[in-house]
Amino acid sequence: MFGGLVANMTFGFLKVAMLFATVRAAGGTVQGYDVGSMSAYIWVSQGMLGSVNLHGRLDFSERIKNGDVAVDFLRPVNVQMATIATEVGKAVFALIPRGLPSVAIGALLVGMTMPTSPTAYVLGLVSLVIGITVSFSTVYLVAVAGFWLIETRGIQILYMVLSGFFAGLFVPIALFPDWLLALAEATPCPSMMMYPIDILTGRTTGGAAYGLVGVQLAWLAGTLLIGHLLTTAGRRKLEVQGG
Amino acid sequence: MVDYIIETDGLTREFTRRGKGRETLRKTTLRAVDELRLLVGPGESVGYIGANGAGKSTTIKMLVGILVPTSGTVRTCGIDPHRERRRLAAQVGVVFGQRSQLWWDLPVRESFDILAAIHQLPGAAARSRSTELIEQLELTEFLATPVRQLSLGQRMRAEVAAALLHRPRLVILDEPTIGLDVLSKQRLREFLITERREHGTTLLLTTHDMGDIERLCERVLVVDHGRAVYDGSLDGLARAAGAERTLVLDFADATPDLTGIPHTTHLGSEVAGARQRLAFDSEMTTAATVLAAVGERAQLRDLSIEEPDIEDVVRRIYRASR
Repeated sequence: MFGGLVANMTFGFLKVAMLFATVRAAGGTVQGYDVGSMSAYIWVSQGMLGSVNLHGRLDFSERIKNGDVAVDFLRPVNVQMATIATEVGKAVFALIPRGLPSVAIGALLVGMTMPTSPTAYVLGLVSLVIGITVSFSTVYLVAVAGFWLIETRGIQILYMVLSGFFAGLFVPIALFPDWLLALAEATPCPSMMMYPIDILTGRTTGGAAYGLVGVQLAWLAGTLLIGHLLTTAGRRKLEVQGG
Repeated sequence: MVDYIIETDGLTREFTRRGKGRETLRKTTLRAVDELRLLVGPGESVGYIGANGAGKSTTIKMLVGILVPTSGTVRTCGIDPHRERRRLAAQVGVVFGQRSQLWWDLPVRESFDILAAIHQLPGAAARSRSTELIEQLELTEFLATPVRQLSLGQRMRAEVAAALLHRPRLVILDEPTIGLDVLSKQRLREFLITERREHGTTLLLTTHDMGDIERLCERVLVVDHGRAVYDGSLDGLARAAGAERTLVLDFADATPDLTGIPHTTHLGSEVAGARQRLAFDSEMTTAATVLAAVGERAQLRDLSIEEPDIEDVVRRIYRASR
């Protein structure tokens, strides 16, 4: 946990160096970001890094590979929902030791612009939890491919490369050229991280903020549905590894 | 009409295997369970034995809805296991000897709490049942220990408790005594005997340990290549297998091979014949007769009798059925 915090801070300062330079080179604002709001983007995104799954790994894929998934199917629970709920629980907890300190330290050392209205925080937290859930309902799709492929590391790495970029982990997706922005918005990735950040930092407010939460919920429903269908189909295909 | 706890007919499961490299497209079909018909009534105790790869685990996984049958029908506790897996899970308890259903990093007690929550057991029922299990399986001393720090014997006892927490009607144990020492095996068997007596639980168990079968099972089912080749009592099994006992004879001096004694087979000699092994058929002759015949030929110093082991019985049943 502490190691994770140190890593968050280190990369946070790297992002500060690069993105502040971008803002200044553009003459003080770029796509509506000034130094204060860019700082808010950086530290909130760093704080979410320990909770939003942008690496694509899931215990569940390990359990498919070694056959422990047999034990999961022995329980009177929906395996997809139980898997996602367990992971979301852990991720929300990680906000305390890893998320909040990242934001607090960034705010103290660099300074940032924060919204003044309480709705931004309340709706922002809702959006944050949905975002975390979307990341796990999407990563579950990567894991469940293991019913057919057994080894899913290839897809997992592909997910890791693409999701961080499209989720707005490295730069805000508003800085993308139009075609790339359109591409990003055609994936569930912005719903995992970019939209919660936009709401939490007060960049998007009012009706537009509710609109973003609506988009998040749509992606959540979509990924859960696909995950459900794949789980059902995969169970017909399932072979328990290791006897 | 009897409501069977386990009811299968024509139950079949095939696996496809692909070749390597250039042969990737060539598929071979492997039939793990082949037209299995099995009826188990309430309260029965069935030992399910067979060589490794005979299809025992695959059958179990179909009985509880983990695997889908390729063809045939299966009903467990009157339920279609694959279609209504979650409803069935409330009535069946399974222990896979080589997998764990406990939470590796959590204390045993907390694993039980989580399982009680997963099964939505009412608080009082969960408490009284776990107290009962903790007492009978002697888990008290390591209840607060994380699962990863338990010895194998301790962990297996905790696994059995975890599988029985929700008072299942059917308990399936897949090699529950694998790797356990004599004392741990003994405890586990005694517990299962008590559990059956008090709750009328139906028991299905696979094992390679003849002791498990002798102590726990009234009925034995032997499978070979996914087919049932014997279904009946344990005594009947030994008869059907014509299982011979083996005399291990130690002589004072080197002795020529003891061949030609009626109803015996000379299995081998060691130390230039100072130790010899004779198999005899207990239906045709007696140990005393054999010993008398041996005594005429050489001076006996010591002897012991080996009972047939389960692998041996299985091998004989296989040979007879092929």
